[in-house]
Amino acid sequence: MNLTLEIWRQESPKAKGRFETYKVQNISPDCSFLEMLDILNETLIDKIQSPINFDHDCREGICGMCSLYINGRPHGPDDDVTTCQLHMRKFKDGDTITIEPWRSKAFPVIKDLMINRNAFDQIIQAGGYISVTTGGVPDANSIPVNRNDAELAMDAAACIGCGACVAACKNASAMLFVAAKVSQFALLPQGKIEAKDRVKAMVAKMDELGFGNCTNTYACEAECPKGISVSNIARMNREYMCAKVI
Amino acid sequence: MKSILNYSSLSKKYIMAIAGIFLMSFLVIHLAINLCLLRDDGGEWFNAAAHFMGTNYIVKFFEIFLFAGIIIHILLGVILQIKNWMSRPIGYKSGNKSTTSFLSKYMIYTGAVVLIFFIIHFMNFYFIKVGWVESPVPMIDEEPNFYAIAQLLFANKAYSVLYIVLITILGFHLNHAFQSAFQTLGINHPVYTPFIKSFATFYSILIVVGFNIIPLFFLFFKA
Amino acid sequence: MTKLNSKIPKGNLAEKWTNYKSHQNLVNPPNKPKLDIIVVGTGLAGASAAASLGAMGFNVKIFCISDSPRRAHSIAAQGGINAAKNYPNDGDSVYRLFYDTIKGGDYRAREANVYRLAEVSSSIIDQCVAQGVPFARDYSGLLDNRSFGGAQVSRTFYARGQTGQQLLLGAYGALSHQIKTGNVKLYSRREMLDLVIVEGKARGIIARDLVTGELEKHFGHAVVVATGGYGNVYYLSTNAMNSNTSAAWQIYKRGAFFANPSYVQIHPTCIPVHGDYQSKLTLMSESLRNDGRIWVPKKKEDAEKIRNKQLKAIDIKEDDRDYFLERRYPAFGNLVPRDVASRAAKERCDAGFGVGNTGLAVYLDFASAINRLGKDVIEERYGNLFQMYEKIVDENPYENPMMIYPAVHYTMGGVWVDYELQTTIEGLFCAGEANFSDHGANRLGASALMQGLSDGYFVLPYTIQNYLSKDIKVPRMSTDLPEFNNTLNEVKERLNKLMSIKGTKSVDHFHKKLGHIMWEYVGMGRTKAGLEMAVILIRDLKKEFWSDLRIPGDINGVNTELEKATRVADFIELGELAALDALQREESCGGHFREEHQTPEGEALRNDNDFMFVGAWEYKGEDKSPELHKEELKYEAIEVKQRNYK
Repeated sequence: MNLTLEIWRQESPKAKGRFETYKVQNISPDCSFLEMLDILNETLIDKIQSPINFDHDCREGICGMCSLYINGRPHGPDDDVTTCQLHMRKFKDGDTITIEPWRSKAFPVIKDLMINRNAFDQIIQAGGYISVTTGGVPDANSIPVNRNDAELAMDAAACIGCGACVAACKNASAMLFVAAKVSQFALLPQGKIEAKDRVKAMVAKMDELGFGNCTNTYACEAECPKGISVSNIARMNREYMCAKVI
Repeated sequence: MKSILNYSSLSKKYIMAIAGIFLMSFLVIHLAINLCLLRDDGGEWFNAAAHFMGTNYIVKFFEIFLFAGIIIHILLGVILQIKNWMSRPIGYKSGNKSTTSFLSKYMIYTGAVVLIFFIIHFMNFYFIKVGWVESPVPMIDEEPNFYAIAQLLFANKAYSVLYIVLITILGFHLNHAFQSAFQTLGINHPVYTPFIKSFATFYSILIVVGFNIIPLFFLFFKA
Repeated sequence: MTKLNSKIPKGNLAEKWTNYKSHQNLVNPPNKPKLDIIVVGTGLAGASAAASLGAMGFNVKIFCISDSPRRAHSIAAQGGINAAKNYPNDGDSVYRLFYDTIKGGDYRAREANVYRLAEVSSSIIDQCVAQGVPFARDYSGLLDNRSFGGAQVSRTFYARGQTGQQLLLGAYGALSHQIKTGNVKLYSRREMLDLVIVEGKARGIIARDLVTGELEKHFGHAVVVATGGYGNVYYLSTNAMNSNTSAAWQIYKRGAFFANPSYVQIHPTCIPVHGDYQSKLTLMSESLRNDGRIWVPKKKEDAEKIRNKQLKAIDIKEDDRDYFLERRYPAFGNLVPRDVASRAAKERCDAGFGVGNTGLAVYLDFASAINRLGKDVIEERYGNLFQMYEKIVDENPYENPMMIYPAVHYTMGGVWVDYELQTTIEGLFCAGEANFSDHGANRLGASALMQGLSDGYFVLPYTIQNYLSKDIKVPRMSTDLPEFNNTLNEVKERLNKLMSIKGTKSVDHFHKKLGHIMWEYVGMGRTKAGLEMAVILIRDLKKEFWSDLRIPGDINGVNTELEKATRVADFIELGELAALDALQREESCGGHFREEHQTPEGEALRNDNDFMFVGAWEYKGEDKSPELHKEELKYEAIEVKQRNYK
C-alpha cells in the first residue's frame, strides 16, 4: 500500500505545531498502524531527521499508552481497538491519513503526538482507590460479593486509562474515565465504605483540572477500546448526588 | 449560601436537568391550552384558559419556578458550554467522526434558537399580559384577547412558517434533552433506558406535531 | 570460594520466614520518615513495595519510565495468580505450591525463597481483594479458581483475561493513595541510568528526565530496583516496547552479580511472526491449550503445499495430521509445561513440517472442541482471545485453526539476590522479574504475578527495615557529594559518546540484528558451537554499534532514539553474558536446552552433580571476562527428580 500521512509535528510543549505531509510506500496490509509509523521513522532517521514521537508501549492493547487521533477518531477507524492493534488493512491503498494528538486542555502536547496524561493520575490520587494499607486485611472470602456486581465492577475496571474518551468527547470531558473507577468501587462492598468521599474528591479534581462537562453525547462509549458503558456515568451521577444530598 | 456558579459540574447539571424536566412538563400544559385554538368558538376556551393561567394563584406560584427554571437552565447551559469550549483550545483538523447521537452535539445551538423563539413569544404574548408591550388588538374587559392575537399572528404566513421551523428545532432540543436529563440524574437501566429513549422520541414528536397543528390549521383552513 | 552469602535463616523450611521476621531488626515509627528509599520501576513489585513502604512511613521516591505507573508491563499478564488458599478443597497446601514451583523450575531455584513465596501467596489474595480487585466469583459470591499448567489443583485466581491489569491497578491505587498522603513522591517519565555508591553502599541513582533530557541526582538510604526482565534482548518478544534491562545492567556493572542470564522462558502460544517490519509478538493465553489441539501435517509435501497456499489446514485429513504433543506426551498431552511445548513445536518446524508463510508456525485447532462442546461454549471461554487473534491475523479461528509459534516471554534469570532480596551491593535490593530468585530454570503459569506482589507487599517491607535499622543515624546526604557528581559525569559522557558516533544505522537496526543472533543461537535449542558463535557475533555487533550508530535530534528534550540506544547498548552486553552463561551450563534444564544434553527421546537432561548451582556473574570491567560465582542449591525438604510429563 502507498499512503499519504498528515502528521502533527510539535518540537516541545510550548512550541507552535504544524502538520507535515509524509509518504510511505509498500506497506503490508498486515502491518499494524504503529509498525507503519516505525517504517516511516526508519526512513526519517535515514535522512537524519528527527523521527515522529508517539507514545506506545505494550502494543497488545492493554497498557493504554498509545494515543493517536486518526482520521477523526481516537484509535482510528476500527472499533474496540487501541491504536497499536489497528491494522493497515483497515485503510485503502492511496488513502490520506491525518494523525493528530489527543486534544484537551488537560492533556498538553509534549512533543509531536506525545501528550501528558498526568491529569488522570491526579484524579486517581484524589481518591480512586480503597485506602487499605498492606497487611491486616480480612480473609479474601470473608466478604462475599454478588457475582453480578463483581462482573459489573470488572466491566468498569477494564478501563486502560488511554484517554480516548476525553479525545472523542466534543467537550473533552473525562466523565467516563472517572465514572469507571467510581463505579468499580461503588459496586464492591470493600469500596462502599469511603464511596461518598471518593466520588466527591474525584469529581472535584476532574473539574479543577480543566476537563469539560458531560453532555451525554456518548462519543466516549463509542470510542472506548474496552467498551466501557455510559451506564457507569449514570452510576457516578447517582453516587455523587447521594454523596452530596444524603 | 454557596453561589450556584461554584457548584461542581455534576451539581450544575443536576439543576439543569431538573429545571429542564420542569420546563418539559410545562410544555405539555401549554400544548393543551394551545390546542383550544383549534375550537371554533371565537376563542372562548382559549381565552378562558389564558385567563385561568394568568390569575390562578397556584399557577402564579409555579410561574416563579418556571421563570427561575428558564433562567437557571439557560445560565447553567451557557456556563457549562463555555467551560466545554475552553477544555479543548485546539481542535481537530480531521473533525470528529465518532458515532454519537447527532442532536446531542448541537444542544447549545438548538438551545439558542429556542431562546430566540422565547423572546419572540414573550413579546407577542407574555409582555402584553404584564403590560410592557401594547396589545395589537382591542382588549376585552381590560384583559388582552390572546385568541385574537394568535389569529392575527398566524394570519401572517411568514410568521407561521417561522413558528413551524422554530418549534421543530425545539423538538430536536427536547429529543436529546429528555433522555439526557434521566442519564444526568443517574437513571440508566438496561430495561428502562430504551423505554426512556423511545418515550423521548414520542414526546418530542408530540410537542412538534401538537404545536405545529395550529399554524397549519390557520394556514390551510382559516386563510 | 565464593562471595555469595544467601543469608537463609536457620530452622525448618516452614519456620524460616517466621523466624526471620521474629528476629529481624526494625525501625521505629519516628525514624521512618527520616529514611529515604528509592524504588525504580512501577510494575507489580515496584508499586507494591513503594506503597507498602510509604504506608509504613518511610520517605519513598518512585521512578517510572512511562507517563504513569499504570503502564508497567505487569498489566499485560492475562491468566491469573496462584495462591495456596485451597478454597476448592482439592488438596492444595503451601507445601504443594512450593513443591510445584520448585519442580516446574526444574530444581534450579532456592528452596527457602520459594517456600516463602508459597507461604505469603494467600496474603496477596487477601490484600488484593481488600483493594477492590474484581476477581472472578461464583454464584455464592465467593472467589473462583481455575487450573493452570504444571499443577494438579485449581489454585489460580483470575479477573477474566486481565488479571495482571487488575492486580497492577490495585497496586497503582495503593501507590496513588500513598502519593496523596505525601509519603511517596512519583517521578514519571524518568529513566534510571546509573547507581550511586557511597562508601560501598547504594545511596542513590542518576535518572534522566525523558521530557527535558535533564540528568537528575537522587539520594536514598536504600535503593530498590524492580524494573522487570530482559526479554527484549531478543528484539521480538511479548514484552512491551519500553521494557529494558538497563537499570539491572547498570547495577551489574556497579557490582551486583547477575544470575542465570541464560534462563529465558519461551512461551508456546504466541501469534507467529509475519513480517520483518514486526515490532512485537502477541501472546495468546496458555488457557487455550485446555481445549485446543496442536498439530502439523504428517507429510512434508502437505506442509510445503500449505506454505505455498496450495492447501489449507482444513484440507488435511485427520489421518494425515500429527498431534505431536499428544503423540510424545500421552499423559499431559497439549498441557505439558511451556518449555516442553515450545521445544516440541520448534522441533517439528525445524524438521520441515511447519505451516504458515514462513514455515514457523503450528496449528492450534479447536475444531474437535467445537464439535464436542459447541461453538457457544468455546466462544464463552475464549471469545476475547479469538477476537484478538482475528484482529491481528485477519483469519477466523472458529473456521480455520489458529497458527501459533513460541516466543520469548519471561526471563527467570536476573540480578542475584539473597534471602532478603538484597544484591551483592549493600543497600541495593532487587524485586520482581528483575531478580533471579524464585522460578529456577522455568516459571510456571500464574506465578510471575505472585512473585512480584510477594516481593513488594510482604518481603521487602520487612527486609529493608532490617537493613535500614543500621542506618537510622545516617542523615540525608547531599547530592553534591563527589560520588554523585562523578557518576553523573560518567552518565553524561556515555550519552555524549552515543550522540557523537554519528554513524549510518538506526538503533532498531542493531536491535534487530542482536535479536536474530540471540534467537538463532541462544534461543530454544542451544549448542556449544552455536553459543561460541553467538559470543563472537555479539562482540562484533557491539563494535559496529559503537562506531556506526545514528541518533538524530538533540540530547536535550525528548529523544526516543537516544533512549533506545542506551537500552540496546546494555542489551548487547547482556546478550553476550547470556551466551556465556548458556555455554558454561553443560546441561539442559527448564528453559535452557543444550542439544548435547538430551535423552534419546529428545527430552531435557539435567546434570545435578555438576550444575545444581546458581550461576552468578561478577562484572570485572570493560573487555574483561566476567567471573562466575556459584551458589550451591541444597534441597532439604524435597527429593530431586527428573521431570516427567509422559
